[in-house]
Amino acid sequence: MAYSFPEEVLEHVFSFLSLARDRNAVSLVCKSWYEIERWCRHRIFVGNCYAVSPEIVIRRFPELRAVEMKGKPHFADFNLVPEGWGAYAYPWIAAMAEAYPFLEEIKLKRMVVTDESLELISKSYKNFKVLVLTSCEGFTTDGLASIAANCRHLRELDLRESEVEDLSGHWLSHFPDSCTSLVSLNMSCLGSEVSFSSLERLVARSPNLRTLRLNRAVPLEKLANLVRHAPQLVELGTGAYSSEIRSDTFSSLADAFSACKQLKALSGFWDVVPSYLPAVYSVCSGITSLNLSYAAIPSSDLVKLISQCQNLQRLWVLDYIEDSGLEALAASCKDLQELRVFPSDPFGAEPNVSLTEQGLVSVSEGCPKLESVLYFCRQMSNAALIAIARNRPNFIRFRLCIIEPQAADYLTLEPLDAGFGAIVENCKELRRLSMSGLLTDRVFKYIGTHAKKLEMLSIAFAGESDLGLHHVLSGCDSLRKLEIRDCPFGDKAVLANAAKLDTMRSLWMSSCSVSFGACKLLAQKMPRLNVEVIDERGPPDSRPESCVVERVYVYRTVASRQRLDMPDFVWTLDEDSSMRYS
Amino acid sequence: MSIPQEHDYIGLSEPLPSEKISYKMAAAAAAAEGVSPSLNAEKIGAFNLKETELRLGLPGSEAPERKGGIGIGVSLFGKELKDESVCVKSFVSGAKRGFSHAINGAGKWGLSIHGGSAADLGGNGGPNVKEEIPAVKAVEERKNEASITAPASKAQVVGWPPIRSFRKNTLATNTPKKDDVAGKSGSGCLYIKVSMDGAPYLRKIDLKTYCSYAEISSALEKMFSCFTIGQCGQGLAAKEHLSESHLMDLLHGSEYVLTYEDKDGDWMLVGDVPWEMFTDSCRRLRIMKGSDAIGLAPRTMQKSKSQN
Repeated sequence: MAYSFPEEVLEHVFSFLSLARDRNAVSLVCKSWYEIERWCRHRIFVGNCYAVSPEIVIRRFPELRAVEMKGKPHFADFNLVPEGWGAYAYPWIAAMAEAYPFLEEIKLKRMVVTDESLELISKSYKNFKVLVLTSCEGFTTDGLASIAANCRHLRELDLRESEVEDLSGHWLSHFPDSCTSLVSLNMSCLGSEVSFSSLERLVARSPNLRTLRLNRAVPLEKLANLVRHAPQLVELGTGAYSSEIRSDTFSSLADAFSACKQLKALSGFWDVVPSYLPAVYSVCSGITSLNLSYAAIPSSDLVKLISQCQNLQRLWVLDYIEDSGLEALAASCKDLQELRVFPSDPFGAEPNVSLTEQGLVSVSEGCPKLESVLYFCRQMSNAALIAIARNRPNFIRFRLCIIEPQAADYLTLEPLDAGFGAIVENCKELRRLSMSGLLTDRVFKYIGTHAKKLEMLSIAFAGESDLGLHHVLSGCDSLRKLEIRDCPFGDKAVLANAAKLDTMRSLWMSSCSVSFGACKLLAQKMPRLNVEVIDERGPPDSRPESCVVERVYVYRTVASRQRLDMPDFVWTLDEDSSMRYS
Repeated sequence: MSIPQEHDYIGLSEPLPSEKISYKMAAAAAAAEGVSPSLNAEKIGAFNLKETELRLGLPGSEAPERKGGIGIGVSLFGKELKDESVCVKSFVSGAKRGFSHAINGAGKWGLSIHGGSAADLGGNGGPNVKEEIPAVKAVEERKNEASITAPASKAQVVGWPPIRSFRKNTLATNTPKKDDVAGKSGSGCLYIKVSMDGAPYLRKIDLKTYCSYAEISSALEKMFSCFTIGQCGQGLAAKEHLSESHLMDLLHGSEYVLTYEDKDGDWMLVGDVPWEMFTDSCRRLRIMKGSDAIGLAPRTMQKSKSQN
């Protein structure tokens, strides 16, 4: 007997499902559930903007209110993707402007956003509330001015680490006096000075402001004024944290901070003068997130600050903290969950600070909740990695960057296979791994055998043969993103695991050994994979098929494989004449 | 550093009993061999599939002769030689452009890029096979150079260590805390955008990897292949006093002119100020059509006239 709930009931039930994963599952049950679900989905996440087209999304989900999307592959952050590759937001913005007049949120990562797009956003959506642009580029402060001027109900404007062409600071003054809805403002990536009085008035008239991240140009002397207007702040990013030492500036700052009873996160701290750090001591006990990764402060001052933050959960810091500082961290911050240590002088030939593998070992020993690590250092040993793995089987993200490519275990001169092997073997919940140092095919065997929950893997200057890649592709059941550079992996492994690529979001390989012939073959074999050959040496057809390509980016897609915005250094399979790449 | 300078893993085509031995052997082989004979002109005739594969070596290392087997490694374009001239041309010219942009500080690498130092790159005209031979000698010279100067200036690999541009640029402008950091040259890097009128997309270059106007203009020339500023840039850098007619000749002779936006947001002609001052104040570059740039020249003329 067939039965069904009335649609309204099902819709109501589905409204409790927020995770995309759950909604996707629900939509696969039967046609009617698919139909009901698609009409009530309001939020969508597109991990690869080329995996689908705006038309397809709009056709399926007519009632979206929030769109989150990612564009360029991760390695674009490190200049491995040539400029002009793609990931333009405009086609999406334009299509959605027509289809979703009630759109409220747009969150983009690694996409090219133009002023035109920003203006279109500001004028098309009457109820627009949230704009987050992470690592985006292509727009200027004029685009920001449009957003400020026209989005009457703007709640969030977050420009994390985007590359904005800074024409002037005047954009901020475009927020009308009637705009009082701001909850979050992150302008830390901008260079120009904004009008301080406009900023102050904006902060003063925004009672819901929870997050304020200033840029470097906001001087320390003025910080107290701003903070005083917003004692309800939860997250604060300072501007430059330096000034001549004056007791009135200091006491004014300290007073302002002491009024912020809800402050949980601090960041900024450019150009720090350590004597001003004690001004924040009054809030330290409540701080759970501290980003000091732009602060060049000696270890002793760092330790003084950190040891006040007993409830610290997340710390981003420069390697000035040194091993001694990390030991102190391990002793005082038992709630620490995430640690990122960035290099202060990555291109120097000699180490400038005393930060070694020992720092990470101390933290892994002392912090039982530590689950996410990004660590830059200059030496590592298998012994240390094994110790770390045994101390912290609860790692979810582990990213280790030993600055010298292919650095061996500095004690034994052996590859670091055993060390990373211990990480994947012990940390059964590991979802993300980035490796460095000297690594043979053996480490990939360990990864393929043990890293069953691994979703993202980054490999550089590692491995010896196709076998390495084969281990990963055949063994890592949960793998979604694989990015490889400068490794001797080639055709055999890729072609043998072609079907696996269909289950992943993407595969990036640059400066490896994949031939053009293999790319063609893969594209022919797998019609739902887009195999982009990114090569700046001219058409791959003009060279023998055995010629290795500079870069290949493979991703699954339900959109056309010949995207219209391909620059002349990207080639994909020509659907009409199946043997050519054009 | 405990790691041997010429560390090479790529040459391992057969599995060896213990990794330790194999790495030391490879390192020794690489060191002893110096320049790989596969570079030489004899290979031009032979159509060897293995030779055509891209190989990767690290700064200062040389890949030894390959024994066979695919997927051994990736070597830089300079070493692949083909018998079809058409093929060589497209491969070579593109490679020049591709890798000279990809590798920061082409001149510092031990691996060959056509020509000797980066300055020579500008001197070489179009791509042609004959340049392979001088490349052999140049590699050797540069390797010696590299091993002598290695501790001071580290060759940089594109995108390594993996640090985002925003952080790199911020590091470059941070005041270093420790004294021993201050003495280093070339710490950090400075990526700026380069646009060219009429080109569909922009490029990015790291200003810190160039030491002179000649270097940067030849690098840009390769990047934007119809760009002919090479003569203009060298002319400006080499001469202290510009004759008005000479500059006018250059501007009218070449279709494009190199300009930059300085800290104040003004567009200036490249070449007027000392190199260091230029890198400090340059925020972006633009390759303008010569006709648009005529307005800039008179200022230059007046400047040099007042200097005379």
